[in-house]
Amino acid sequence: MTALLLPAIVGGLLTGGVYALVALGLTLIYGVLHIVNFAHGALLMAAMFGAWLLAAKLGLDPLLALPLLTAAMFAVGWALYRFVIGPVSRGQDRAILLATLGVAVVIDNGALMLFTGDSRTIETPYALAMLQAGPLLLPEAKLIAFVCALLLAALLWAFMALTDTGRAIRAVAREPEGAMLVGIRPQRMFALAYGIGTACLGAAACLLLPSFYVSPQVGESFVLIAFTIVVLGGMGSFPGALVGGLLVGVTENLGGLYLGESLGPICVPLLFIAVLLLRPTGLFGAAR
Amino acid sequence: MADAVLRVRDLHAGYGDFRVLQGVSMEVAAGEVVALLGANGVGKTTLNRALSGLLRPSQGAITFCGRPIAGIDHAAIVRAGLVHVPEGRRIFPNLSVRDNLLLGCYVRGGATRAQSLARVLESFPRLAARLRQAAGSLSGGEQQMLAIGRGLMARPVLLILDEPSLGLSPKLVEEMFALILRLRAEGLSILLVEQNVVQSLAVAARAYVMEHGRIVMQGAADVLAGDARLRAAYLGL
Repeated sequence: MTALLLPAIVGGLLTGGVYALVALGLTLIYGVLHIVNFAHGALLMAAMFGAWLLAAKLGLDPLLALPLLTAAMFAVGWALYRFVIGPVSRGQDRAILLATLGVAVVIDNGALMLFTGDSRTIETPYALAMLQAGPLLLPEAKLIAFVCALLLAALLWAFMALTDTGRAIRAVAREPEGAMLVGIRPQRMFALAYGIGTACLGAAACLLLPSFYVSPQVGESFVLIAFTIVVLGGMGSFPGALVGGLLVGVTENLGGLYLGESLGPICVPLLFIAVLLLRPTGLFGAAR
Repeated sequence: MADAVLRVRDLHAGYGDFRVLQGVSMEVAAGEVVALLGANGVGKTTLNRALSGLLRPSQGAITFCGRPIAGIDHAAIVRAGLVHVPEGRRIFPNLSVRDNLLLGCYVRGGATRAQSLARVLESFPRLAARLRQAAGSLSGGEQQMLAIGRGLMARPVLLILDEPSLGLSPKLVEEMFALILRLRAEGLSILLVEQNVVQSLAVAARAYVMEHGRIVMQGAADVLAGDARLRAAYLGL
């Protein structure tokens, strides 16, 4: 069993990196708009279908499609906030929540109509390739996904910490009126934050596609994990989403290893409950 | 007053059906410190919010540096050089002191930023020592300094200071008024809203007194300081 332990941990970390990217988008939107984005799963699914279409119909490799789809999903998220969620909500958090739920219903059913409920997949040369690293055999697709996810997370962190727009988004998150007094337009920052959170899904979709099936239901499984990560790490916390993502990836794999396929999935919820019992604000959450 | 930086004519504003300002007219000349006095709830903060574009006036005109600004976008007002340091400071608690200051010149862009930052830190050495600290962890006095410093980063023509000495210790209140004198010496126009009547009249050239959303008294600060009515109403003398 111990011979399997290290590969399980490493495999979990690799998957966890992409989970973290999905969770980063969710935690960014929560941190700035103070709402849980119910459309997150549906938008991830839509992005995965986007990547699948590009690959299956145009022969574009998901990794090459990544910049394109990330930009496209940014535009989709920005426009959704600017033209649907923002106007519908009139600044009420409850209404924003319902608006995102409505968007999710529309996307989910639109996908069912267009693609039916079938699962689809693509072939990439690296999907089944393995990389030998010492005693470890690493699946190439997941390794690439992990490295890309961490790079993107670092890029996002740098943007939020070092640019004026990033600072303005963080400022609006806590003090919208103070932000207005220095000339920041809060609604623009909300739309940008929603766009960036959605852009993370475009990137995640391209990284997930080589190793996962796409179906109109695919978003649900990932978004449940992402919600778990965001709460576990501390709502709105960047490091929380990153560490939480890796932790959930590893826990999932270890659960599968020791408890088997059917009992294994209880490990993540158990970890979740344990963390919340000991630290109700999550691993990196600020005490309120 | 030919060289008025700010000119307000018959301004009406409020919240929904609740009309707070009922025809306010006032002026601030270039390089002048003007005190705006009045009890709580007479509309001083509402006037400031209307001036800085946070609240759209229902009637009346605001001219800033010769340009009508009533009802225009708050970002354009900041860019024009009218900067409001609000009551309650409204700093960004989750950002570092440095990031708070840098956002002060959000509308100015990067060109003059380093220079502005150096100048502000010279005025507020205590902030310079805490640049990397989260603004929310500063003391009340330091937060007030940060709020003013952030306002100065925008290189204002007119600075509105809303209750800058509120909640500060007597020593810090003294420092605050010394700062206002320094800014006055640099030629900045200041609209000072204060509960601290005696000290405000000491640094201001002129003053307005508000009651029930209207200006009820105005004049030179030294004359008002000796006015029996004002002394009775606000100084309990």
